[in-house]
Amino acid sequence: MSATAVEVAKKTVHLIIERQDNPNSQPYTQEFVVPYVNGMNVIACLMEIQRNPIDKNGKAVAPVTWEMNCLEEICGACMMVINGKPRQACTALVDQLEQPIRLRPARTFPVIRDLVVDRSRMFDALKKVKAWVPIDGTYDLGPGPRMAEKDRQWAYELSRCFTCGACVEACPNVNERTSFVGAFAISQARLFNEHPTGKMHREERLEALMGEGGIHECGNAQNCVEVCPKGIPLTTSIAAMNRQVTYHAMGAWLRK
Amino acid sequence: MAQAQQSSDFLLRRLHTLAGVIPVGLFLLEHLFTNAMATTPNGAVSYNNAVDTIQHIPLLHFIEFFFIFLPLIYHGVYGLYVAFTSGYNAGQYSWTRNVLFVIQRITGIITFVFIIYHLWTTRFSGKAPTFEMVHQLVSNPAYFWFMIVGVVAATFHFSNGLWSFCVHWGITVGARAQRVTAYVTMIVFIALAGIGVDALIAFTHAA
Repeated sequence: MSATAVEVAKKTVHLIIERQDNPNSQPYTQEFVVPYVNGMNVIACLMEIQRNPIDKNGKAVAPVTWEMNCLEEICGACMMVINGKPRQACTALVDQLEQPIRLRPARTFPVIRDLVVDRSRMFDALKKVKAWVPIDGTYDLGPGPRMAEKDRQWAYELSRCFTCGACVEACPNVNERTSFVGAFAISQARLFNEHPTGKMHREERLEALMGEGGIHECGNAQNCVEVCPKGIPLTTSIAAMNRQVTYHAMGAWLRK
Repeated sequence: MAQAQQSSDFLLRRLHTLAGVIPVGLFLLEHLFTNAMATTPNGAVSYNNAVDTIQHIPLLHFIEFFFIFLPLIYHGVYGLYVAFTSGYNAGQYSWTRNVLFVIQRITGIITFVFIIYHLWTTRFSGKAPTFEMVHQLVSNPAYFWFMIVGVVAATFHFSNGLWSFCVHWGITVGARAQRVTAYVTMIVFIALAGIGVDALIAFTHAA
């Protein structure tokens, strides 16, 4: 074993993890020390704890549970609060994090166990704003209208949202006193309002955004755009939808 | 029934931002402008003349009630509700806009308290609105500093509120437009706070 390999083998990673055994139990913290591996991410630390579930003091504990899927920041499943900021655990590289690394679940969502949360409310929000293109029917409708390239380029940015929930976790106006859907849903409504076929259901999305927990609950704290792992211009989406909703509301009122 | 509840929330929220800028904000500007008369040479006379002109506006009580009191009460009371339902996490996320989000709500509450006391000691005090009356009030150092805090809070709340008004109504959409507007509204804040404080200092000098 070379001198540098010995040096690396001795290096460790210190983690402080906020845990919770079930949806109704009290949270508690546990500390872990795992061996350092070159280039490792937070997921690798959690895998190490799963392999060898022993806390800092050498006591055997239940392994920490978390969600993951793609491991390349395109699925959104491993979002958790790492050192105070919501982000994907897969792209949270240990070399770039201050130690001890503090992990906790995104508590804006109901916690199921440890770092696993129930993000159903995000899917309910997407259903509410009709974030899809309805094309089902009994016969072939043929190809839809084309989209201008310049619009496709920015719409692509919005389509990168993977519903991880970082924007919802960081938003001060998503709390137990409001029913705000969150920035991602507004941005998705903008995406599908821009889609040439999606446009045909534009008013329904705008009505939904004017409904309970809609766009008016946004207080422009703009944390969403800061924490979005995909760099989606969420605050631009919110303002753009504010404009659409303003025109829609005034137009609808004057047409009646 | 749920649908009716839904659209009213949206409408109440939009009316809140609109009321803050159009009647209340415009009145603030008018008020600061009239106060600034006290800073001119022969300030007491200029100020008393300006007040006298306002006192002789036709339908004064009607205008005062429908264009100042009603929107002001609505904006203030609904604003307290907004401040109560907002969450506060600037400790965890100390980005500028999030800090301004918190300050906007704090200055709103300060302004609410300030305006009630301010109205109590001036408009509803039963005394004639003259330079002398204001001079008497601000001669008390505690009242003077209370006024300074109130004027700074109110002008900040108005200026920063202009920024969020532009976003709420979809006027400033892009990140650059929002950034430029943020700088402009902070310049507006400094200018208005300066005008307000300058007038308060002018009132401390005897006529």
